[in-house]
Amino acid sequence: MGELGLLAFTVNLLAAGLAYGTPLLFATLGEVIAERAGVLNLGLEGLMLLGAMGGVMFGLASGSAMVGLGAAFVMAAALSAIHALACVSLRADQVVSGLALGFLGTGLASILGAPYVGAQGQLDRFHVVELPLLADLPVLGPVLFRQSGLTYAALLAAPLIWLLLQRTRPGLHLRAVGENPAAADGLGVSVTLHRYAAVCLGGGLAGVGGASLSLCLTPGYVDGMTSGIGWIALGLTIFARWDPRRAILGALLFGAIRRLPLDVQGLEWPLLSNPSSGYFMNMLPYLFVIAVLVWGRRRALERGSDAPAALGLPFVRGEKR
Amino acid sequence: MRGICKRFGEVRALDQVSFSIRAGQVSALLGENGAGKTTLMQVLAGVQPPDDGEVELDGKAVSLRGPQQAIALGVGMVHQHFQLVPTMTVAENVLLGCPRPRLWLGRRAAHEELTALAAQHSMSIDPAAPVWTLAVGQRQQVEILKVLHRGARVLVLDEPTAVLTPLEIEPFFDALRALVSAGAAVALITHKLREVLAVASTVTVLRRGRVVAADLPVDTVDEERLGALILGEGEVDGEAGRAWSGAPRSVTSSPAAAAQTPRLSLRRVEARGPRGELALRALDLEVGSGEVLGVAGVSGNGQRELAEVVVGLRAATSGAILVDGAEVSGWSVRRRLDHGIGYVPEDRQRSGVSAGLSVMHNLALRRYRRPPGRALCDWGALAAHAAAQVEAHDIRVASLQQPAGQLSGGNAQKLILAREIDAGPRLLVAAQPTRGLDLGAAAAVRARLAALAQGGCAVLLISEELDELLELAHRVAVLYRGHVAGTLQRDEATPERLGRLMLGQEASL
Amino acid sequence: MRLGLIPRHQPSPRRRAAVTALALVAGLALGALFLVAAGINPLAAYAAMARAAFFGGAYSLSDTAVKATPLILCGLGCALAFRMRLWNVGAEGQLLLGAWAATGVASAWLPADMPRLLMLTSMALAAMAAGALYAALAGWLKARAGVSEILTTLMLVYVATHWNNYWIFGPWSQGGFPLTPVFPASARLWRLSGLTLHAGFVLALLMAALVWWLLRRSRLGFEVEVIGDSPEVARSVGMPVARDVVLVLAASGALAGLAGMVEVSGVVFRLQERFSPGYGFTAIIVAWLARLHPGAVVVVALLLGGLLVGSREVQPAGIATMLQGLLLFCVVGSELFMRYRLVRRRHG
Repeated sequence: MGELGLLAFTVNLLAAGLAYGTPLLFATLGEVIAERAGVLNLGLEGLMLLGAMGGVMFGLASGSAMVGLGAAFVMAAALSAIHALACVSLRADQVVSGLALGFLGTGLASILGAPYVGAQGQLDRFHVVELPLLADLPVLGPVLFRQSGLTYAALLAAPLIWLLLQRTRPGLHLRAVGENPAAADGLGVSVTLHRYAAVCLGGGLAGVGGASLSLCLTPGYVDGMTSGIGWIALGLTIFARWDPRRAILGALLFGAIRRLPLDVQGLEWPLLSNPSSGYFMNMLPYLFVIAVLVWGRRRALERGSDAPAALGLPFVRGEKR
Repeated sequence: MRGICKRFGEVRALDQVSFSIRAGQVSALLGENGAGKTTLMQVLAGVQPPDDGEVELDGKAVSLRGPQQAIALGVGMVHQHFQLVPTMTVAENVLLGCPRPRLWLGRRAAHEELTALAAQHSMSIDPAAPVWTLAVGQRQQVEILKVLHRGARVLVLDEPTAVLTPLEIEPFFDALRALVSAGAAVALITHKLREVLAVASTVTVLRRGRVVAADLPVDTVDEERLGALILGEGEVDGEAGRAWSGAPRSVTSSPAAAAQTPRLSLRRVEARGPRGELALRALDLEVGSGEVLGVAGVSGNGQRELAEVVVGLRAATSGAILVDGAEVSGWSVRRRLDHGIGYVPEDRQRSGVSAGLSVMHNLALRRYRRPPGRALCDWGALAAHAAAQVEAHDIRVASLQQPAGQLSGGNAQKLILAREIDAGPRLLVAAQPTRGLDLGAAAAVRARLAALAQGGCAVLLISEELDELLELAHRVAVLYRGHVAGTLQRDEATPERLGRLMLGQEASL
Repeated sequence: MRLGLIPRHQPSPRRRAAVTALALVAGLALGALFLVAAGINPLAAYAAMARAAFFGGAYSLSDTAVKATPLILCGLGCALAFRMRLWNVGAEGQLLLGAWAATGVASAWLPADMPRLLMLTSMALAAMAAGALYAALAGWLKARAGVSEILTTLMLVYVATHWNNYWIFGPWSQGGFPLTPVFPASARLWRLSGLTLHAGFVLALLMAALVWWLLRRSRLGFEVEVIGDSPEVARSVGMPVARDVVLVLAASGALAGLAGMVEVSGVVFRLQERFSPGYGFTAIIVAWLARLHPGAVVVVALLLGGLLVGSREVQPAGIATMLQGLLLFCVVGSELFMRYRLVRRRHG
């Protein structure tokens, strides 16, 4: 295959990768917000499924994809409130509560989404929006400027969230709550309020991620359609070292790796075109997450972890320990 | 504050306590560890609600429903254990919780404002520096800045000199006097008599949650009288009382003739700290059998890493560690402990006692593998042994099944000591063994350490209490920036010389 | 007037059981609410489920026990790991790999005319080894580098799924269908005549006793308790935490692998896609509801097994998952009432 062919392949892969990575990016951004406040949310998978289902349900009912998107956010945020209740007010173990949230979300999505499985009908989707002039740039054009509105939203959301976290007062308080809640509390910052808000906002974003799957990529709703993206988002949060901007790179990478088996089928490469190799290529995203985690930990062991210091720990005012 | 009562479960932390803080003077609150001083101030700061009693500010009763209210009313507390976020900058820590600015942080303006405020009080800090890079004394300055930035009129200082070297104490008092003459009302919480006499105008003494003397003008009391008040008349002549009286008394007698091979020997040991920085540099240290070597130094100069490197919880990146001449640097913690090392960790609650497990289980932590080679635990024998230890070491427990996390600090420490001593160590590493303990418990711990040394065990005593080191140690080594700045024999170790070494100002062999 | 919390001393076992039972009831009640919101009659649904699971005579009890068997095994594995705060969330992957190994022994690697006991034992050992190694990988990463075992075991679930699919659709496929050939008679577990109940159930009960004994009497069991409560203390007294992490995860994986073997040689007699309706995940809930106690794991597994059997009778399929999530939430939330006491405060 000629050089030009390889370049075209890569550009296509990256473009498709970014599109595929959009749900992942939304979920990761949401998780970064929650974890920065000190709360681990392992229920992302269930929240995304709920969001996917909700997006389709309300999208069909209202005829508008935007309404579906909004409904997905609200439903996921509402369900996340239960997790926040358990973790923040009831001091439950965050890991188990998150897992329970995941089960709940998955089950609810399955029950409520039963009538909508496979039914596309008149589903309004998010289509690709080409930005004039910019889309014609040589490499960046197709990759960055020929995407759906949702992808643009995600790409803008990441630096915006960074700004909110680092340069605004609510962001400062949220970060403090995640690093040293006792200190924050002693200074009058409401740990409860900030953690509830972070968890619900984060959960809502995960729901949006799910909706971006069902309203843009697939489209339509099928049980279990997220196939692990929620979990990958957790790994991506660590990979991004809790910085929203770095999450973009991770989402692009993983999106591309997920696309790889599909795109490679079109090529005539001897080893890779063998149908059996498809199974192994499907393993790649997950193995890559593990590799990324290991690399991240080695770095953390040398230089100290970037994780919010109070992540995973419940906070009780005045309690010694 | 009037008639404040506070209970924690069965324990009456405060019983009808009244305390006044007046503007333009320093009001001292005195008492030993566990007397209730911090709890009382937590009530004032809004962190703990009182069960009974009232707080009045400027004559008006206030109901403090949370820290935010206290701050808004002008109460600023500088805690003993700093409430700082290490990964954030100084400016961010100071701005935390402030109602202004509303949305945008405006870093540059904040930095200028802070530098000006600091200069106003003769402090100099870099607002953009992350707090984890600051030394302990500077962190205290940040805490004070936090409180000043909010315009506090009532300042509560909880054991402020605990983190200062002897040489830094007087300048700190000068700063206090300056604050007070500017009109602030300062409450000084401490257990150190000399400080009260040096800088306070009135003193209130707490004992076991009750006020035993209120608002005594400082010129009417002296150390003896205060000591008697803190301990109660009957105890002044007891062991605890002797610990208070004037100059420290040596508990340990000289060790046997300068030994053959030193029990513990560290040669050019280097190790890294949690952030990858070099915590121990070319460290040389020796402890002979039957000797107590004290290690002094300002917190954060490598004490924690030193203890961990000897025990094996942290790997030395270079250098040699020898126990009785045997090179142990590559050994696992278990192997070292089996070889005769005992460890009393600095952080009692995290590393010393397993809070959720019972007292019996905790006592079994070093014995459960006897006899060696089997796969099962002999719980019958372990339980009997635990009962004997509780009896012998006077550990006050509700039952052997009580979760160890419910024990008081003193009893928990007695448990740890009992466990470690029972293993018959040749070398005991004790890090801050009497931190947070009341006088009686502290005296008991020190007596045990002295007895251990008497019996031939080498003791590496790492402590921030100079009095304790002077009382127990035969020699005192001072850690400064991970290196031994100097080692002094007992008779040449004065607080001034030690203070200078702690600040890195004098190099001595 | 506000509510405050005071830490309670040790909650008695009676209190713990009572609170847990109340939480389960609360979970069912909440589930009923959700069902009503989804337009399903909860009482009818619950009744139908109970009938199918427990009150349909020997057949229903047998079916429940069959569903409970892998739940007991995986649940034991999860409980063991959780006691050490090792979140083996990927038991499903270890189950799949165990099933794969057992299938390999039965169909491909050993001759079909071997004595039954020998064949089944080999299958069990292979499955346990596969599950153990798979989990130990995650354990090793955790011990050496501190990598979150939640994520590694979970990612490995998806890897195992694709791995199994490769063999099912490829080298072991029978006639191009996504199924392996049916196991020879020597590779099938004994069944109670006429019923679906198979020897795996007995094996599961034996394992429960073994795990219980391990935790109570052995030194490793003590180390598990200590590390789970306070890893720093464990390190300070010299416990080999890194080694134990790998060991316990391996044991956990071995149990899950055994569950996989028991499923393919006791129920379906071949390896196929999706032979497990997420036993490995449900087992997480089993372990937690049982408060990590091996004996209780058996009881809870039977209950949840009944839930799985019963959910065949009701539409849609997600009810079981949703109920599991709710039950877990309620139990998790109820821990507050065990560890603390609510008091009223006069002042703010």
